[in-house]
Amino acid sequence: MLEYISIIITAIFVNNIVFAQFLGICPFIGVSRKLSSAVGMGAAVTFVMVLATAVTWLLQSLVLTPFGLGFMQTIVFILVIAALVQMLEIILKKVAPVLYSALGVFLPLITTNCAVLGVAILVVRNNLDLGQSLVYAVATAIGFTMAISIFAGIREQLALTSVPKAMRGVPIALICAGLLAMAFMGFSGIKIG
Amino acid sequence: MNSKLRILYNGIVAENPTFVLMLGMCPTLGTTGSAMTGMSMGLATMGVLICSNVVISLIKNLVPAKVRIPAYIVVIATFVSVLQLVMEAYLPALNAMLGIFIPLIVVNCILLGRAEAFASRNGVFASCLDGIGIGIGFTLALTVLGAVRELLGTGRIFGAEIYPEAYGSLIFVLAPGAFIALGLLIALFTKIRESKANA
Amino acid sequence: MKSTLLNMVLSLGVITIVAAALLAGVYSVTKEPIAAAQLAKQVDAVSAVVPAFDNDPVAEAVEITPEGEDVALKVFPARKDGSLVGAAVESYSSAGFSGDIRVIYGFDADGTVTGYAVMSHAETPGLGAKMDEWFRSSEGKRSVIGLNPSVSRPAVSKDGGEVDAITAATITSRAFLDALVRASDVYKQLAAQNTL
Repeated sequence: MLEYISIIITAIFVNNIVFAQFLGICPFIGVSRKLSSAVGMGAAVTFVMVLATAVTWLLQSLVLTPFGLGFMQTIVFILVIAALVQMLEIILKKVAPVLYSALGVFLPLITTNCAVLGVAILVVRNNLDLGQSLVYAVATAIGFTMAISIFAGIREQLALTSVPKAMRGVPIALICAGLLAMAFMGFSGIKIG
Repeated sequence: MNSKLRILYNGIVAENPTFVLMLGMCPTLGTTGSAMTGMSMGLATMGVLICSNVVISLIKNLVPAKVRIPAYIVVIATFVSVLQLVMEAYLPALNAMLGIFIPLIVVNCILLGRAEAFASRNGVFASCLDGIGIGIGFTLALTVLGAVRELLGTGRIFGAEIYPEAYGSLIFVLAPGAFIALGLLIALFTKIRESKANA
Repeated sequence: MKSTLLNMVLSLGVITIVAAALLAGVYSVTKEPIAAAQLAKQVDAVSAVVPAFDNDPVAEAVEITPEGEDVALKVFPARKDGSLVGAAVESYSSAGFSGDIRVIYGFDADGTVTGYAVMSHAETPGLGAKMDEWFRSSEGKRSVIGLNPSVSRPAVSKDGGEVDAITAATITSRAFLDALVRASDVYKQLAAQNTL
């Protein structure tokens, strides 16, 4: 149990996927102008990340490793994620139209979200078992959702202030992200257990 | 300017992937702790980009429209895997330093973006030039960002001491400095381009 | 091109088969260099830290689990003209600032530290990451080379010991010494049993 709590705290705060590992920056910058869309993106990423990690973990340990096909990892993982996103889109459209209308626009963007592929590869590289991998994926996704939501809140305020012309848009957003990352550095070194 | 040079100029300046299109942010922030790692990452990405651009422009008429994106992803992923194996075999130290950002080249939006926006509409030679131009633009951006962070953080550029390390501000080598330095560099690049456009 | 089910399946199939074939080819070519590169890293680290030897320490390596722990350490014995002149021990510590650190330590026959090589760590750049150089520097009381951990336990000066910790990275320094003591204990145990 303590082990899982340690994974959760580390993934959300200490090694936050955005602020400490630099993964998932594109949606973090691109879809954070409004709080509502940031939360939607976070939810969609959570969904895909957990599903993708489960499928790729099973593929790696049941197919790739036993048959010595480790070198196919990148190509197999990215195809699985792309297919998963497509399927999810079709299923959601049919089964849960409400959820689809909330998350649908974000789904196609997730294939090229490096956080999803990054987590799938990281759990294999760190030799986590299936339970640990899933906990890690959920916690990482929560960390991402939290980061992008906080950031969107800041950017909504930022939109109301007057910023030097060349700094408008992405540059000032990046500097704010830097200050947020500095705040998150306060968590570094924390250990549970 | 002739059309070939224009393609190169376009990739390096007018559509610079980092400073103008703002694509591929993850490796841009994650591998620029020093000028050396930034440049290596840029060159690795450029290699994959040139290969994938050439192959995609070769097969563009053989792939049905509906499945072109998965087909492009397979092409890109293949070249990334080749790069991964070659680096593991012949450049293990560099491979360890760049870590997970090597396999993640496959989800770098620049590659799929150029496949879709350029290589699938142009000939082989032009696509190759586009890969070179965008690749140089990306490599330059990563090298400059790496050099700025290394200089401000440790007083060195490419490992050569410019001023004593004790005067450096370590934060620029750490995560927050990556965001802040990139934000300032993009603003500077925008400023220069605007003042040129007005002149 | 117009999309029909047949040409979609065909084109994707052909692309995937070509891609897999290409990858398998590259894999078979790079397989040996990759194994060699991984081995070379270990061989280089071992030969850099132990006294001069003429055997193959990596081939003669033994694994041993310290008492009360569950992770085995690798010990590489170094011999010259058939007699043991020292050994390298690949040790670790989980007490680092972020994640495990892995270091190979070299000892001579008495258990005196002859060198070390940091294999992997995730410490802060510019702070903890300085351990690569710090503990072999001749400045102040930084160096651990020449200490004998089996005679007196090394500790950072903050804890009343004789080793200067890395500036602003005491936790990393403690972890480094923790890994050193673990390596030294294992070496002493093996040397006492005469099993190297």
